Amino acid sequence: MPSPAMTAPIPGVPIVGEGFLPRLWSGRAWSAFGIAALVLLVVVPICNLVVPADSIFHISNTTVTLIGKIMCYAIVALAMDLIWGYAGILSLGHGVFFALGGYAMGMYLMRAIGRDGVYKSDLPDFMVFLDWKTYPWFWNFTDNFWYCMLLVVLVPGLLAFVFGFFAFRSRIKGVYFSIITQALTYAFMLLFFRNDTGFGGNNGFTDFKRILGFPITAPETRMVLFCLTGFALLGFLLLGRAIVTSKLGRVLMAIRDAETRVMFSGYNPMYFKLFIWTLSAAICGIAGALYVPQVGIINPSEMSPANSIEIAIWTAVGGRGTLIGPVIGAAVVNLGKSWFTQVLPEYWLYVLGLLFILVTLYLPRGIAGLWIRRRG
Amino acid sequence: MTPPDLVIAKPAADISVRSSSGMDGRVVTAGVDITHGAILYLESISVSFDGFKALNDLTLMIDAGELRCVIGPNGAGKTTMMDVITGKTRPDLGTAFFGQTIDLTTLSEPEIADRGIGRKFQKPTVFTDHTVFENLELARKTDKRVWPTLSAKLDSTARDRILGILDTIRLQPEAGRLAGLLSHGQKQWLEIGMLLMQEPQLLLLDEPVAGMTDDETMRSAELFESLAGDYTLIVVEHDMDFVARIADRVTVLHEGQVLAEGSMEQVQNNEQVIEVFLGR
Repeated sequence: MPSPAMTAPIPGVPIVGEGFLPRLWSGRAWSAFGIAALVLLVVVPICNLVVPADSIFHISNTTVTLIGKIMCYAIVALAMDLIWGYAGILSLGHGVFFALGGYAMGMYLMRAIGRDGVYKSDLPDFMVFLDWKTYPWFWNFTDNFWYCMLLVVLVPGLLAFVFGFFAFRSRIKGVYFSIITQALTYAFMLLFFRNDTGFGGNNGFTDFKRILGFPITAPETRMVLFCLTGFALLGFLLLGRAIVTSKLGRVLMAIRDAETRVMFSGYNPMYFKLFIWTLSAAICGIAGALYVPQVGIINPSEMSPANSIEIAIWTAVGGRGTLIGPVIGAAVVNLGKSWFTQVLPEYWLYVLGLLFILVTLYLPRGIAGLWIRRRG
Repeated sequence: MTPPDLVIAKPAADISVRSSSGMDGRVVTAGVDITHGAILYLESISVSFDGFKALNDLTLMIDAGELRCVIGPNGAGKTTMMDVITGKTRPDLGTAFFGQTIDLTTLSEPEIADRGIGRKFQKPTVFTDHTVFENLELARKTDKRVWPTLSAKLDSTARDRILGILDTIRLQPEAGRLAGLLSHGQKQWLEIGMLLMQEPQLLLLDEPVAGMTDDETMRSAELFESLAGDYTLIVVEHDMDFVARIADRVTVLHEGQVLAEGSMEQVQNNEQVIEVFLGR
């Protein structure tokens, strides 16, 4: 039986910390969540697959791919918000975790091509081209889909864990941490550019044929991938919300605001940072794995420092520390990008830079901040 | 109803294990061995930064349950001493023991906090984006590892304890406010409240009344006096009237060493102390 103190809080005292799954959202937020789920998982599939192509309600395959791609970016922005918005750790290398997840999925997709490549060999075309006779050891078992799915989470997670362990143990913070994450993704990009590394060099992986036996370009397959991405996005939104409303979430924010006080209160910030950092990287890996079969290519340019900086911009534009903000930010910036790169391609980077400056100056809490201010 | 001021919420039953060592048994000493009466031993501690000796062969002993004031001119090593006790700085030489058995020079800051040493900083440090209530909730003594924290629930015992401390520090009306919006004096009190939530045996307070109004300073003095006995307190303070009012014993630090020790009166009449403070 709950004590009276729990059920009748004193005025002004918020109810906090009722466990790992406290009240996640208000009724209105749940309605919005339900509508988003309905649109993504019912309306889009029907409008794409059932509604005839000449109807104005038809959603084209290109649009489905675009939305699917943006949802992958939104997952990355969400992961970024967990570490930057809540724990105050700015990563400028999150692209590397996204790309590694993508490469892990790509390895399976390359194996699934079988003998349908240009050279009709058991090996992927790039290996034939390099005159390799067998798969390198790290390609072992990658013909197994579930093994690759394990790699999708484990490889970025393990890299993040090891990197984070040493960085956080040495108490590397702020801009120094950002710079070494930038160096990390750059180093991986150079590594993956080399043909000898065994991941297709600068061309990466492409020309996928099928996934789990289904043709990868078929509208139905694409719709399944789209819906899975939608599920993942909504699921991670719930997971993120559960974490930031837990006591652990409050510790993370406390680390962001006054790390020494956290330490002298008896919490070891290193383990808390390591937890959220590793989780964030694993989420990025999953986003990358969903991204690759939908766009049909993964190459080292995904690890370029500029890509990782863009992730930070989506998060800042949407609004740090709000979870939903970065999702909106990723959508707005990427829709803007796909429109702008068609109309005025040479000006996109200027627009992006300007957007970042304007948001920093006038909207410190991003797009979500507009809404919070209007209500408050 | 009891008046809200000066009512110190007693630590929860499981924590307030009384010393059973044949002493008077009034001091909270869970897990700390104070069989010889002292709770903190600093012996021949030296710390130097780039050749500057912040602490120079410092030896200091604090009895369990006492309220010790530490004074000294700027650069005397007061803050460095606190850094050594709380694990922020490792001494080049010397030993620091908490009770008979806990070697402070081998533990990290969170471990030392967990063993029962709480520290208030010179500049009030609270979690500005959390409410006053949440600040106290985070500080509360409990299992502070990652997984237990993730699944932590706030039960009614914890809630009552937080409300008790809110009473003690007179911040109950502000419970739902963000800590960043409090006045300077209120932040000081909140930080003290957070220390009490940790249920420490030893509290280190670095200039706890700096920036407080006279009224707030008065109430702080009353609070600290009521804490002494149940807790052990080390207070570093520049406000001499305040020190004279609360101190059992005063230690004067100068150039990283103990210059004098005794009652306020003894210390004030000490030739060397007069020389250092008035400068001759």
